[in-house]
Amino acid sequence: MTDYRTFLKEYDGRTIRIMEVCGTHTASIAHAGIVSLISPKIELISGPGCPVCVTVTEYIDRLIELSLTPDTVVVTFGDMIRVTGSQKSLQDVRSEGGQVRMVYSPLDITALAEAQPEKTFVFAAIGFETTTAVYAALIDGMIESGIRNIRLLTSLKTMPPVIDWVCSMQGGIDGFLAPGHVSVITGSDLFVPLAVAHGVPFAVAGFEGEEILMALYALVKMISHGESRVMNLYPSAVTPAGNTAAQHMIDKYFTSCDAAWRGMGIIPDSGLMLREEYSMFDAGSRDLFSDHSHHPKCRCAKVITGALKPTECPLFGTLCTPDKPQGACMVSSEGSCCSYFVNRRKV
Amino acid sequence: MCVALPGRVISVQGRKAVVDFSGNQINAEAGLVSVKPGDSVLVHAGCILQVLPEDEAKFMTELFAELENL
Repeated sequence: MTDYRTFLKEYDGRTIRIMEVCGTHTASIAHAGIVSLISPKIELISGPGCPVCVTVTEYIDRLIELSLTPDTVVVTFGDMIRVTGSQKSLQDVRSEGGQVRMVYSPLDITALAEAQPEKTFVFAAIGFETTTAVYAALIDGMIESGIRNIRLLTSLKTMPPVIDWVCSMQGGIDGFLAPGHVSVITGSDLFVPLAVAHGVPFAVAGFEGEEILMALYALVKMISHGESRVMNLYPSAVTPAGNTAAQHMIDKYFTSCDAAWRGMGIIPDSGLMLREEYSMFDAGSRDLFSDHSHHPKCRCAKVITGALKPTECPLFGTLCTPDKPQGACMVSSEGSCCSYFVNRRKV
Repeated sequence: MCVALPGRVISVQGRKAVVDFSGNQINAEAGLVSVKPGDSVLVHAGCILQVLPEDEAKFMTELFAELENL
């Protein structure tokens, strides 16, 4: 077996640009110091796979509005609390009397709802295919147990349309580190049509440093040999077909829709919403497309597609910081600009 | 946000399972997979997404072989 660490460190071919699509990969790459372990001729670009980052301001404004509605409680993951809408965050509004609860799992909301049946609990349902499977299980469990006071405000995204969008922007991405936990649900075959259509390889990767290095090794070799196929480097958790039971449950409750991406605009059929027959569980999620945060000099769309590095945005580190993000990439710790800012990541 | 961690199933009751993470135990949703006590599982946001194989070495051997042939 070739020593892939030495190979990656000493690589001296043409400059290769690899996008890690998933925000959790972005965080793992920074945490493991991957950039210091590979050749400067292998550039890593952070993609649009942080769901917190790509949620538009109108969605957060609606959550704030709901939290101030009598007998209504907004329930959310911790990383959504401090993201600013057009004016305020859920954290701001909580100190002003807004009813906001933070949970570890969407499933925790059922205990809250059962304890206070007179109130309506609205979950801030953001995420990609991984978390959508959990929301589907939540709805399924609610129906089974007869709980009626839970609603979802959805801003759900799917991976293939946004990867297709990234490729269409021609930012010069040579290969993709494919999201490991999305792939657990969807299967690695999800990326085969994209690999064929755009002539780029995909490597599905786990989240440990060694797993990421192995996937980068596979990508560099495939790119060097002109191969555009999908390799599954996370076979302990990912199969070609994925978790079909979870896919069926997602399909039972959700259907495809257009979705707005913070700083990127509306991408057709890139989202999921509750099906019409389950709309009684929806808290008014449709058409939350407006994005008031877009500073005219923000370069998020170019950063996310790999056309610019975060440090090349005129707002980076000055007007746009983790405390006061102007664009999608600075919003969460999994965002590319935030990761660069906090970890002083260099490419 | 797509963080998921491996744990081991302690018990199963209906669509809920108790999963142990190095001594910390949580109640997890088990409606997306078929699990039994002793299974190694991958958990995301309190929900079991997948049962993990015990023999990971077999997968890695196959993977190394495929990488070598690239």
